[in-house]
Amino acid sequence: MTNSIAEIEDSACIFVIGSNTTACHPLVARRIFRAKEKGAALLVADPRRIQLSLFAHVAVQQRVGSDVALLNGLMHLILKNGWEDREYIAERTEGFEEVEELLADYPPDRVAAITGVAPQDLARMAELYATRKPAAILYTMGITQHTTGVDNVKAICNLAMLTGNVGFASAGVNPLRGQNNVQGACDMGGLPNVFPGYQAVNVPENNAKFSQAWGRPLSDKPGLTIMEMVKAMEEGRLKALYVVGENPKLSDPDMNHLRHAMKNLELLIVQDLFLSETAQGADVVFAAASTAEKEGTVTNTERRCLRFYQAIEPLGDCLPDWEIICRLATAMGYPMHYTGPEEIFREITRLTPSYAGMSYERLGLTGLQWPCPTPEHPGTPFLHRDRFTRGRGKFHPVSYLDPAELPDEEYPYFLTTGRMFAHYHTGTMTRVSPHLDREQPTGYVEIHPDDAARLGIAEGETVAVASPRGRLEAPARICRTVRPGNLFLPIHFGENPTNVLTSAEALDPLAKIPEFKVSKARLEKVQPS
Amino acid sequence: MYKLVPSICSYCGTGCGVLFEVLDHRILGTLPLKTHPVNEGRLCLKGWSLHEYVESDMRLTGPYLRINGRLHQVTWERAIGFAARRLTEIVDRYGPDSVGVLASAKISNEENYLLQKFARAVVGTNNVDHCARL
Repeated sequence: MTNSIAEIEDSACIFVIGSNTTACHPLVARRIFRAKEKGAALLVADPRRIQLSLFAHVAVQQRVGSDVALLNGLMHLILKNGWEDREYIAERTEGFEEVEELLADYPPDRVAAITGVAPQDLARMAELYATRKPAAILYTMGITQHTTGVDNVKAICNLAMLTGNVGFASAGVNPLRGQNNVQGACDMGGLPNVFPGYQAVNVPENNAKFSQAWGRPLSDKPGLTIMEMVKAMEEGRLKALYVVGENPKLSDPDMNHLRHAMKNLELLIVQDLFLSETAQGADVVFAAASTAEKEGTVTNTERRCLRFYQAIEPLGDCLPDWEIICRLATAMGYPMHYTGPEEIFREITRLTPSYAGMSYERLGLTGLQWPCPTPEHPGTPFLHRDRFTRGRGKFHPVSYLDPAELPDEEYPYFLTTGRMFAHYHTGTMTRVSPHLDREQPTGYVEIHPDDAARLGIAEGETVAVASPRGRLEAPARICRTVRPGNLFLPIHFGENPTNVLTSAEALDPLAKIPEFKVSKARLEKVQPS
Repeated sequence: MYKLVPSICSYCGTGCGVLFEVLDHRILGTLPLKTHPVNEGRLCLKGWSLHEYVESDMRLTGPYLRINGRLHQVTWERAIGFAARRLTEIVDRYGPDSVGVLASAKISNEENYLLQKFARAVVGTNNVDHCARL
């Protein structure tokens, strides 16, 4: 996030696109409602009619995978009406002319044809977003899990810069991170091309710095992403995989493909709290302690590094993840001995400029937001004040492209996937929680009443959903949340795993993120046997 | 003995502050942290139920090793020793880039840091990624 969560409530306009905020980030949604009480305009664009849509000044249901067209259409209208911030564009950005030229191709009638959004709704959205400042955009994986994921994000940034809405309190571009420490995992170098603090592995100075700190010459060749690792397994190039706190058998885009690829591994090590779908196939399973059984820090979506404290002793014979890693490294001839997480954190701050000013003592109970470069620095509530990190904000011209799959005769439905309020990711934690399990004990597929009527499907009846990759069965949930011709499946349920349907081939070319949000599918009644 | 221990909710990237209620070394409940800048004393349904997975019967309570096709509970020494020996053999035979490491959005900063250090300095590969895309 370029802003802080608390700043949202002082925005004059909040544009939520591809985020089911009340279900997935309820305590961020609270700030949206507070902003609305203070008079903010609320705009919601989501292929499903989500809870937040019911509270919005304008809510539109764009066709899945049509976000670039929608965003370009908004910018087209902003320019046509002269609502852009010329001063901001001239002083703080570059590359605007090229984008301006491209936007001429997105008049409302063309945008309506692609997205299904009525021109009058588009016009009201454009006016509210452009004329109410400060305006904040919130998005999640509804934007990123597409073959055009990077384009979608660029289009969002263009819209924010066009109206001078980046670099101020309550005005910015805010991806809400889905998992508890996904921000921290990235910050700490859990990525194939960067060391901690996004220091590229192939920059000689960075490589020298970390080689010296860790006492070993390090590879300067960027590694494989998760999706590339699967391919390497399939081709027999990747022989061993060490999976910590992940359940790729349920979270990766093509379960059958992954299961097949994993058979080629000579060694699978899984470290987890539970015997997850992935752990069941492992050669070695390390039993890890939960957050309540250890101390450490996590970094939330607003870049706030937060401490958590040990509440109870590790269950049974479990060990904290850091201790397991230390023991394994030591057994492999690289002694790793730390007195505890605080000593590891001190090493992090020495090597990571954006965390350099932090210490356990300073973090206390409220944490600090990076960048925090010195021990006196108060932390950074919002990014790009006065100037962009890269100097000038860059406009990127992006054109609408079709998703990798569109419905056809054999697979006439759009299938999209997502989350629901009671569960988290692959459900390993929430489904063993009695109160959460009670809210939603099984998977389901959302079907529009028109489609259900045509096929004679009753509420709760088991139906089959098939794609070119596979087939699953789940109870029907008939509702107007989805548009006719669209199906929605939640991702949390191992007994009807959405990733037997989604594709591992349809990736964003740059970010390598799979297109979970758009697949073609067929819906069938299941004949009682 | 009853105590309240500050922690951070595990269930999304918002980072709400919670207090675990602990009585005689057992975890009883989750309360919202009133002074926390993110949630200011409020929690969602998932947050209020945060403690429930911790002592679940489904939790693993020790390391397992596959012996003759089946997973058996073993000592840490044996599990770590096996993994270290096999990893070393694979690195020696096929080179460090034949190993992949998946870090996690569910473990701490310190643990993610150590894990990528393990991949880069111990194994010798940059094949380290996590599930931000999923």
